[in-house]
Amino acid sequence: MNTRIDSISNSLPGLLKSRLAGVDLATYAPLIALVVLVVISAIASEHFLIPRNLTNVLRQVSYTGIIALGMTFVIIAGGIDLSVGSMVALVGVLTVMLINWLGDGWLSIFLAIGAAVLLGAFFGAINGLMITRGRIAAFIATLATMSIFRSLTLYISDAGEVVSQNQLYPEVGGGYLLSIPYPVWVFLLLAAAFHILLRHTAFGRYVCAVGSNAKVASYSAIKVRWIYFSTFVIGGATVGIAAVMLSSRLNSVSPGDAGMFYELDAIAAVVIGGTALSGGKGTVWGTVIGAIILGIINNMLNLMGVSPYLQGTVKGLVIIIAVLMQFKSNK
Amino acid sequence: MTTKSAPPLMEVRGITKSFAGVQVLHHVTLDIQAGEVLGILGENGAGKSTLLKILSGIYQKTDGQILIEGEEVDLKSSAAAKALGIAMIPQEFNLISTLNVFENIFLGNEQKKYRLLDKKAMRKKTRELLQDLETEIDPNALIESLSVAQKQMVEIAKALVRDSRILIMDEPTTVLTSHEVKVLFKLVNKLRARGVTVIFISHKLKEVKQLCDRLAILRDGYLISLEPVTNLDEADMARKMVGRELNQIYPAKSTPSADVIFSVSDLSVKGVVSSVSFDLHAGEVLGFAGLIGAGRTEMAEAIMGLRQRASGVFRIKGQPATLRTPREAVERGLAYLSEDRQGKGLIMNFDIPQNITLISLRKYIRGLISRKQEIRQANDYRQRFDIKAATLQTHLINLSGGNQQKVYLAKWMDTEPEILILDEPTRGIDVNTKKEIYHFIQSLTEQGLAVIVISSEMEEIIGLSNRVIVMRSGSVMGTLEGDDINEEEIMYYAAGLKKSVA
Repeated sequence: MNTRIDSISNSLPGLLKSRLAGVDLATYAPLIALVVLVVISAIASEHFLIPRNLTNVLRQVSYTGIIALGMTFVIIAGGIDLSVGSMVALVGVLTVMLINWLGDGWLSIFLAIGAAVLLGAFFGAINGLMITRGRIAAFIATLATMSIFRSLTLYISDAGEVVSQNQLYPEVGGGYLLSIPYPVWVFLLLAAAFHILLRHTAFGRYVCAVGSNAKVASYSAIKVRWIYFSTFVIGGATVGIAAVMLSSRLNSVSPGDAGMFYELDAIAAVVIGGTALSGGKGTVWGTVIGAIILGIINNMLNLMGVSPYLQGTVKGLVIIIAVLMQFKSNK
Repeated sequence: MTTKSAPPLMEVRGITKSFAGVQVLHHVTLDIQAGEVLGILGENGAGKSTLLKILSGIYQKTDGQILIEGEEVDLKSSAAAKALGIAMIPQEFNLISTLNVFENIFLGNEQKKYRLLDKKAMRKKTRELLQDLETEIDPNALIESLSVAQKQMVEIAKALVRDSRILIMDEPTTVLTSHEVKVLFKLVNKLRARGVTVIFISHKLKEVKQLCDRLAILRDGYLISLEPVTNLDEADMARKMVGRELNQIYPAKSTPSADVIFSVSDLSVKGVVSSVSFDLHAGEVLGFAGLIGAGRTEMAEAIMGLRQRASGVFRIKGQPATLRTPREAVERGLAYLSEDRQGKGLIMNFDIPQNITLISLRKYIRGLISRKQEIRQANDYRQRFDIKAATLQTHLINLSGGNQQKVYLAKWMDTEPEILILDEPTRGIDVNTKKEIYHFIQSLTEQGLAVIVISSEMEEIIGLSNRVIVMRSGSVMGTLEGDDINEEEIMYYAAGLKKSVA
């Protein structure tokens, strides 16, 4: 009994110390960057802090942000998913078609939302199977499905816009709760759930272990392939949710450019949020901040009248800076 | 002060080296004469590797001086050492397997003609060099097609093409067959005749006695002696190397019970293990001896469900066990500490509790993972094993090898195993930690656990085991008990000179 008391009292100073040691700049760099960005934006443009602008930024962010949440798991486990943008279009088109087939009323919408999540998970599972069973590198496998999903979308829709006939559908993506848009709620609630999943469950611990060292994980009796596979399924499911949010907001999906470059935005959000592209470590809240940083930058470029053609350049530069900072802190 | 003779080729004065406050070399002073073969002998963890890494510029000394021909030099990188004519033949070769022999030999040192690679000249030079070394390696052969011994020759040729004066060989014979060792020794003698100085690191007494002119013996980071080989016999060397009687390190062996707790029959893995069978008793330490590549690790991995088996039947306490996956093996009370602590054992960017609970994580789930409980448990292990770390939240990468090994041990003890397979449990750790681990193994057997120890250190096998199984090329050559457990008997079986038909 005595030793137990000793051990607890011994651990207290240790805990304190580590709490302090844990406050290193690298972990909080995304948060600091966000605060700096908000201050600069508020000074640079009087329109920035208007609530309507802020909710708009958050809404814009939420579509790719939701995908980035799933992508965080994929990247921490050591993978990458380039197919998410095309997958948004494919799931979006199929979902709207399903709603039109099911007809009016809320029931058909709820069924379609469920189907969208399942479809996304299914497409993610296809990616995951190719990667874990077929042993194709994630980069190549999802590069291939990126092309396949886009092409199937165009084929199914005959390259024409698919419009929902259900009058209620736009409310899903356009509605507000406590003057915050539904997609933003979905994004933040999902982020909270995913944070718990990553930090406080065995699954999350295993994802980090697999991404750090898959060999050690398998020698530790962890089902490595199953964990890796699951991250792609989770990634796909988040794509399904994002597809619903996006298509309901616009009440339609245009197969050629829906979800275009979403993979870039999602991966950028994850990397800016401090998750290592080499896998093994990262945080969900970092990804949320990363997504918001990207959103604010886009917003500011708009407010300040910078050519939209230059936005890609700025985004690219931000990614490079984020990775450089990670690299430095790792050294 | 007047010196008549020229200064020695190389002088090491008061070299000290610390890692994170732990001193691993204590004021080592020695001289290296031109054209001699200097043996450096010591147990694992004695500081041999650290010393040679300092001499070849890979590590930086904490204190002391290095002189070459009387001039102080700064070996700040391996490139700096190479420029001074010091080359190291590492244990793990630095060859690029997808390039061929001559490309590797001239890597970073390419010969050019009109700004293009002069492959003809490089091939010719390589051929001459290899002929000179009396090896029949084709300069155009891909490295991946070569045997280990041939790769070593290529490494040596690579060092010679740069006109190295001092060649450091880090335990070059561990990966060689006895015939290949003879070829290597012939080569070393040739190099000596050509005036090349060779520093030969080993922990094998016979080899050193046979090959070297002088011998430096290290123990626990101190230079114990430096004298001509002719002054020492093998018993002297062993005494200086170990520095203590064996029974001080190894606890008294406990008496195993007659109950068979685990039995393996006809275990085979395609190409590496053939039809291994044995019984393991409660409270027993069963040693597995053999040369590197004897199939012992593969056998252990096959038991744990980490490798595909061609055949094999297991019984645990009389009950059949399929052991299809690592998870099933863990649930049946098996534990396997891999020889490759960093590559297969621990997640280096996880902290101590996260590593300890990785296999047994289910125990800590109260809806979510109970971090509090993880920390409490980790703290218990920290005290029980005397794990030295700044805090429990220290990442494993920042712990010393010995402390990592203790965390690894704790990780498997947390699965509450009954059968423990320890693969090279003391590789690369210091003598004190070794002793702690030996005593811990002994205390486990007292509690009735059964332990399999796979080790390449003969002393360890002899000091710990109640019985010893010797393997060679994937097969069991014999089982030794009692007084038969000695170095000679084990070597006879391991080398294939003896085989018991049981």
